Amino acid sequence: MTPRLRMLGVKKSFGATHALRNVNLDVSPGEVHALIGENGAGKSTLMKILSGAYTPDAGKIELDGREFTSTNPWHARRSGIAMIYQELNLAPHLTVEENILLGDEPATFGWIHRSQRRQMAREALAELRHENIPLSAPVRSRPIAEQQVVEIARALVGKSKILIMDEPTSSLTEVDTKNLFAVIARLRERGVSIIYISHFLEECKQVSDRYTVLRDGESVGTGEMASADLHDIIRLMVGREIKDIYPRTPHRLGKPVLELRAVAGETKPRCVDLLLREGEILGIAGLVGAGRTETLRACFGLDRLRSGSVWVDSREQTHRTPKQRLREGIGLLSENRKEEGLMLNRTLAENLTITRHGPIAKFGVISNRRQNQVTMDWMQRLDVRARGPTQQISELSGGNQQKVAFGRLLHHNARVLLLDEPTRGVDVGSKVQIYQLMGQLAAEGKAIVFVSSYLAELLGVCDTIGVMCRGVLSEIRPVSEWTEHSIISVAIGHTEAQNSR
Amino acid sequence: MKNRSADSPDRTTKIRTLLNVLGPFLGLAFVIGLFSLSNEVRPYFLTGANFKIILIQTVIVATSALGMTMIIVSGGIDLSAGSMVALTSVASATLLVKGYSPSAAVVLTVLAGGCLGLVNGIAIAGFRMMPFIVTLGMMGIARGTAKWLAGNQTVNPPETPINNIMGLVDPIHLFPLPPGVWITIGLAVLMAVVMRQTIFGRYIFAIGSNESTARLCGIRVRLQKLIIYAVAGSFFGLAGLMQLSRLTQGDPTAAIGLELDIIAAVVIGGASLSGGAGSILGSMIGALIMAVLRNGSNQMGWPTYMQEIIIGVVIILAVGLDRLRQRRNNI
Repeated sequence: MTPRLRMLGVKKSFGATHALRNVNLDVSPGEVHALIGENGAGKSTLMKILSGAYTPDAGKIELDGREFTSTNPWHARRSGIAMIYQELNLAPHLTVEENILLGDEPATFGWIHRSQRRQMAREALAELRHENIPLSAPVRSRPIAEQQVVEIARALVGKSKILIMDEPTSSLTEVDTKNLFAVIARLRERGVSIIYISHFLEECKQVSDRYTVLRDGESVGTGEMASADLHDIIRLMVGREIKDIYPRTPHRLGKPVLELRAVAGETKPRCVDLLLREGEILGIAGLVGAGRTETLRACFGLDRLRSGSVWVDSREQTHRTPKQRLREGIGLLSENRKEEGLMLNRTLAENLTITRHGPIAKFGVISNRRQNQVTMDWMQRLDVRARGPTQQISELSGGNQQKVAFGRLLHHNARVLLLDEPTRGVDVGSKVQIYQLMGQLAAEGKAIVFVSSYLAELLGVCDTIGVMCRGVLSEIRPVSEWTEHSIISVAIGHTEAQNSR
Repeated sequence: MKNRSADSPDRTTKIRTLLNVLGPFLGLAFVIGLFSLSNEVRPYFLTGANFKIILIQTVIVATSALGMTMIIVSGGIDLSAGSMVALTSVASATLLVKGYSPSAAVVLTVLAGGCLGLVNGIAIAGFRMMPFIVTLGMMGIARGTAKWLAGNQTVNPPETPINNIMGLVDPIHLFPLPPGVWITIGLAVLMAVVMRQTIFGRYIFAIGSNESTARLCGIRVRLQKLIIYAVAGSFFGLAGLMQLSRLTQGDPTAAIGLELDIIAAVVIGGASLSGGAGSILGSMIGALIMAVLRNGSNQMGWPTYMQEIIIGVVIILAVGLDRLRQRRNNI
């Protein structure tokens, strides 16, 4: 059988840096192919070549046995290659129906046939078994998981032969992820080839038929997923063996530092009680939209509290601004690096030091020398790879950006760290470093709230875990009393009583 | 490891920063060079006397640009600057007519500008309204008030030392420059330090770059904006004084469209209208480029409509070059 897509010896360099040295990739029709690699391994460059944004310097690309040179994104899409980016590419104000057929509207001389369009959109959604999504709702009013389905439906309508999915589950919960896998299975039956890019190896293993590992711009290994050992894949990815993905530093719990009592926000959360002690890593699991992010935001003073109280060091400190929280030693790491976490067009040093200028300024005047020295120290401690303290943050890779955002909390010397999805969009190597860091911080007596949609890491890193469901945080229990299964059942609202019945 | 970190990894960044700083200078040199090409114009254009005139013509835009740079870097915009210059110049003329001492008039005028800016700030930060709309409204309010205050004609104050701020003593040589030029240079240096090296300045960049991050990092965004618009307003007030000094009368119809010249100067100087980027030095060079263009076109005997077209093209070119530069940076 001719492969749907074949890439042979593809090379691409930018100036002196070789983004791709030698990439070979074979994808058959109806195959789900996992593309695995750390951040910076060349995955995004490879995708940009397929989608027509870049032209390769050397090598051959064949689509259904015919040579394929894509010159621009439009041409790639016409050739049947569709991309689903990590940040979804939808027009938020347009309706579901309009989005699905955006660019492919059934029309005569620019006049859109509305009923036909509605029909086509409905069929596409039905094919994905998501008829429940309302066609005339503005897409921004739908949850992320549905938005993603809309995007996949768009690829279906475009008669795509190859669907490239970049970290499709990074903002999905376990349940939505399962639904997505069902959709992928249906696409596979239709003969659509899927290139599946993800940092979650377990997921890749679950969903894909074959895999290719990229490292430093080279394809270093490929094989059948069914017979593959995850440890071997990890070894291929990093070129060394990571023995322990969830390193634990022993630490002891001390006195309470932060307590939420029946905290409720304007809409979410509805009722949250939690007690955080020195040296504790408290995990919060839950579905997207359960109110985890909102809990952290309300606690930090970013959102208004409707009722309930917040206690810091056993004193009531309920209504506070972020500035006051920071002064109390509480820091928040945003789940959304690009939109909230970082000032992208400013320098690394500025981003790192913005909450605390004490060590680098006198009478409000900043010393560049000291600022750069302080930044350099953090860069070394956190293993941030950048040209220097004055490099613009947008030029850094996701993992390095996250380390800078993390570094801001460390520079601030926060003793309570509210971490919202700290490992999202971060490569395996950096993830392990972040887990390690969390362990060290806990050992120093700092307290951490760790919100994550990735159960394995919660179970691997936390001392205690609570699960949120519809704005309510369940009883917090030691990690040893939880399993992935029990977390999920609480998250989707299956109470224990129902289970035991 | 240690010694490597001292300079080399940062060199590319430094060269880039240098290029960003040099950009506007190259533009200025290019514009001056262009007008010097003509053999007929050069003897008049490239003289101390002419550059004195250029500097004097720059001062009002440059002083206002000090405030506008802060506003634009913080992600805002102020369309009322021109009207505020007119209003404050009429106000100070009226004060002088009413018999106030010149120093009292100076203080009150700058304060008046600050208050107008504060009103903008309250609407923008306090009521979370769009800067574009608020200052568009203020543009009309300030212009109307100026005409009302002046009784729809010019206000002619008595001869005072204020007229010397922009006075043209010894028109043949570059020096001595009038005090207004020195005041602007002094304030520009001060503001450059404030923007680059102080926590206050850093907060301005932070808000413009990403307001959510600024909030997350405990910056009091609304208070900061209030201060930014109020301080900018006092710069516009100062520019109004200079306007009065230059015309020796308060004219409520002066400085129409000045805000666009100011914004253009700031943007030519490398600021981004989406905030988070810009510099005082750049804005000052931008203001000079505009003045040189006007002056040079006059010397060449080009009609005013030509000047308008040329300045329009230059603004688009400057911003276009900036986009190119950024795209290269972001690969």
